[in-house]
Amino acid sequence: MKLSLAPLDLKLLRDLWHMRGQVLAIAAVIMGGVATLVMSLTTYDSLTTTRDRFYAEYRFAAVFAVLKRAPESVAERLRAVPGVERLETRVRAGVKLEVQGFGDPITGLLLSVPDGGPPQLNDIHMKRGRTVEPYSSNEVVLSDTFAEAHRLEPGDKIAAIINGKRKALTVVGVAVSPEYVYQIAPGAMFPDFKRYGVLWMGRNALAAAYDMEGAFNNVTATLARGTQVQEVIDRFDGILAPYGGTGAYPRKDQFSNRFLSEELKQLQTTATIFPAIFLGVAAFLLNVVISRLVALQREQIAILKAFGYSHLVIAGHFVKLVLVVVVIGVGAGTALGAWFGRGLSDVYMETTFRFPYLDYLLNPGVVIVALVVSATAAISGTLIAVFRAARLTPAEGMRPETPAIYRTTVIERIGLQRWLASPSRMIVRHIERRPLKAVLTVLGIACACGLMMVGNYQKGAIDFMVDVQFRQSAREDLSLTFIEPTSGRVLHELAALPGVTHVEGFRDAPAILRFRNYSHRHALFGIQPDGTLHRSLDRRLQPVSVPAGGVVLTDHLANKILHVQPGDMLTIEILEGRRRTVEVPVLGITQQFLGVSAYMQQASLNELLREGNVVTGAYLAIEPGTEPLVYAELHERPRVLGMVANDAAIRSFYATIGEFVLFYNLVSTLLAGAIGFGVVYNSARIALSEGGRELASLRVLGFTRGEIAYILLGELAVLALAAIPVGMLVGIGLVGILVQAFESELYRLPMTLTSENYAMGAAVIVVSALLSGWLVWRQLGKLDLVAVLKTRE
Amino acid sequence: MDAVERNELVFRARGLTKIYRMGEVEVPALRGIDLELYAGEMVVLLGPSGSGKSTLLNILGGLDTPTAGDVYYLDHNLTAAGDRDLTLFRRDHVGFVFQFYNLIPSLTARENVAVVTEISPAPMRPEEALTLVGLGERLDHFPAQLSGGEQQRVAIARAIAKNPAVLLCDEPTGALDSQTGVVVLEAIERVNRELGTLTVLITHNAGIAEMADRVIRLSDGHVIESRTNAVKKPAHELSW
Repeated sequence: MKLSLAPLDLKLLRDLWHMRGQVLAIAAVIMGGVATLVMSLTTYDSLTTTRDRFYAEYRFAAVFAVLKRAPESVAERLRAVPGVERLETRVRAGVKLEVQGFGDPITGLLLSVPDGGPPQLNDIHMKRGRTVEPYSSNEVVLSDTFAEAHRLEPGDKIAAIINGKRKALTVVGVAVSPEYVYQIAPGAMFPDFKRYGVLWMGRNALAAAYDMEGAFNNVTATLARGTQVQEVIDRFDGILAPYGGTGAYPRKDQFSNRFLSEELKQLQTTATIFPAIFLGVAAFLLNVVISRLVALQREQIAILKAFGYSHLVIAGHFVKLVLVVVVIGVGAGTALGAWFGRGLSDVYMETTFRFPYLDYLLNPGVVIVALVVSATAAISGTLIAVFRAARLTPAEGMRPETPAIYRTTVIERIGLQRWLASPSRMIVRHIERRPLKAVLTVLGIACACGLMMVGNYQKGAIDFMVDVQFRQSAREDLSLTFIEPTSGRVLHELAALPGVTHVEGFRDAPAILRFRNYSHRHALFGIQPDGTLHRSLDRRLQPVSVPAGGVVLTDHLANKILHVQPGDMLTIEILEGRRRTVEVPVLGITQQFLGVSAYMQQASLNELLREGNVVTGAYLAIEPGTEPLVYAELHERPRVLGMVANDAAIRSFYATIGEFVLFYNLVSTLLAGAIGFGVVYNSARIALSEGGRELASLRVLGFTRGEIAYILLGELAVLALAAIPVGMLVGIGLVGILVQAFESELYRLPMTLTSENYAMGAAVIVVSALLSGWLVWRQLGKLDLVAVLKTRE
Repeated sequence: MDAVERNELVFRARGLTKIYRMGEVEVPALRGIDLELYAGEMVVLLGPSGSGKSTLLNILGGLDTPTAGDVYYLDHNLTAAGDRDLTLFRRDHVGFVFQFYNLIPSLTARENVAVVTEISPAPMRPEEALTLVGLGERLDHFPAQLSGGEQQRVAIARAIAKNPAVLLCDEPTGALDSQTGVVVLEAIERVNRELGTLTVLITHNAGIAEMADRVIRLSDGHVIESRTNAVKKPAHELSW
């Protein structure tokens, strides 16, 4: 069968083929936008679907509460709270772990699973092996992150120090849990799979080891549909207060879930900001290219209309042309985005979130969204040009276009023209003749620079955060937490350990901070006012000492959560001991990028708690090289519950984050390159098309190829150079948006851009410009000098 | 050759042949042309379209190369020259005037001339060249602000401002009405007379041929006639 196309469609195909370079360049920009859109949306969809399915299948709880110890009978009272659907009590024990051949301190969390069947709530998904045998005394299931980090398999042996007593454990399985999709040690800043692990153990065995027989210290519940969560929480708090309850909290405040939600929120931001930039640039490029095409085809359009083609058909012809470009871009972008999305999901699964499976979804809806968004951007960008094509009367169209009108430029009016030779004047006047186009071109190129800077920003930001957090603020080598509040005398004992050079104690207490109708549940930290290890920092990141008699809050906590100012009185509800509620003045606001904190002087906090010199933990400085000795010594001390070594944490963090940074760098470089090249190359081609006759005339007059290249590429060079500082501003702006969008209680990105970021941003412009310049230079060699003399424009 | 004055020989062509290859078809444009052009001459190349006159002019001006035969400019063999040498040749020795002016729209009249004088070894001042063509008053106008005849005179000023050895004009009045055309021809005539520039003018208009020292008629790629006008008619007496 012979395929027959309407003549207009044939023309369309040939036009497209003729300007294939430009078509590809624009399609590449659309591809960039669609790829980020598809990547973010599919990853978002996949993670959300996977999360929801995982939560539902494994009965993730809706309310969580931690307490000191309550007899099992209290559970009945909790179950009786209206709205509670299912409730399960657990034993939860912070432990130290020992893994053969690994000397660093490991903190573990042991959670009980019922002996009489699978957990009612927060069930675990077995990846390998089996769950614990009912009433077994020493079997445990490991979280998969920990098992993988240490290459532990069912059958391997480890040990845990539970309540000061060493217990040998046998690994029987490896699992993931909806409660620990994101795993991080309490108080730690980053996940560290080697030094923190969650383990599940039979209820009876754990209770026996932890002195919790017939009792529980952790409870979770699901609620009936339509229940007010806050009401249940209030009732729980009332019931659990006498048992050392530290406040129940809803699922949205559950740490793993909250982190996951934040990450998903950021993906949505990515799915909006970046595609918007790309599609905006693509719309501009299509406008420029189609305008030029219409200008070149004036006569053809006039003839078609003279033959009787309607406005609609001709307008449709150009819209079709644009749509072909869009379809190419969306097709390629969807493929690339799906690839990126799968890659990103894998990186998430590998480094951050642990799900039993990943439902990677390429929702057709996403492709339709991409298509509609791109087509809308592209068509709106070309509409003016297309209307111009459709409006032309045949007689008008067959007349040549009136010559372009130029005027002397600002530079000349202020008397600088004598510094400019004619070619340079041409450059200046070309730019000044169509200032809007020049501005948009500069902005388009600048976007490439900005995107590149955003892509490269993260590494510098992370370095900066780590530096502030660990070299300015939390400078201890090791932080210890004690099993319970302890006399400050213990610090002397620690200081006397060989290898320990300095010790600072701290007291922390769970509390609810309230101001007007804002509240936040958080630990109150009592630190040393003139401590050298753990310090708070002011806005300029200079250490400030915490004054006596009040609290100092980190900026996010003060400004965004509690909305307090220095001088305001904060209500503090201490969830420990006598559970006092006190009014305390806010004395200052400090800067912190990771987490949020409320600091007091240790002595002031002790006073609030009506106690003497009591500490709950200590910061240690250790002589380099003596770490294993110190770890071993501390490991043996029953009062020491957990240890976090900063150096190891930083190293493992970089190992984790490295893949992310690399991934984003790759993606952003590809995309910034696509925009940079798309804009510069198209501008160059349009300039060549518009100025071709002029340049050929100059060649005839004896100008060399280099001299006419100066005129053509000089204009581009001026625009590209102008785009560098503008691009840096765009980069600063985009990073600013990112900082705003990603601001959360968990972390805030610092607004720091390194000289490397700026250099990379400039480099993407320079490379795109050189590449486009080279391609156009080759075209200049093909200018037809003879034809230009015989034709009228 | 039967020219009256025997000045210095500027161009000498022997057996000039040009064949264009259009896909699978060969189109001969010049079929073995012999030609000599002398300094100070005003030569009109006359012929219908397709006779090869533009091809000949392009080869003389270094815009195109022949398929066979030789062209010498003074003692330089243009046939053997590469792109770089031809560019230099055009730059230093040839002035072009085209049917559609080919001015740079972004440059004023003065600057359109300056664009050439800036790269010439021994140019006249742009103002001088524009005064010569009667545009001394319109120096700072952009092409869009000038009439067709004025634009063409700017093109002539641009062509002669470098003091070229040869002025090549391809249908300089082709896009103009006869009244304006005469003004343009007067400018060319004046340049030829006052500067003594060898001027080669292409036209298919036999009326214009009367202003020449010598008329060379082309047809089908051959020179079919070369005659010297006994009486040279001033441009202002021409009409068509």
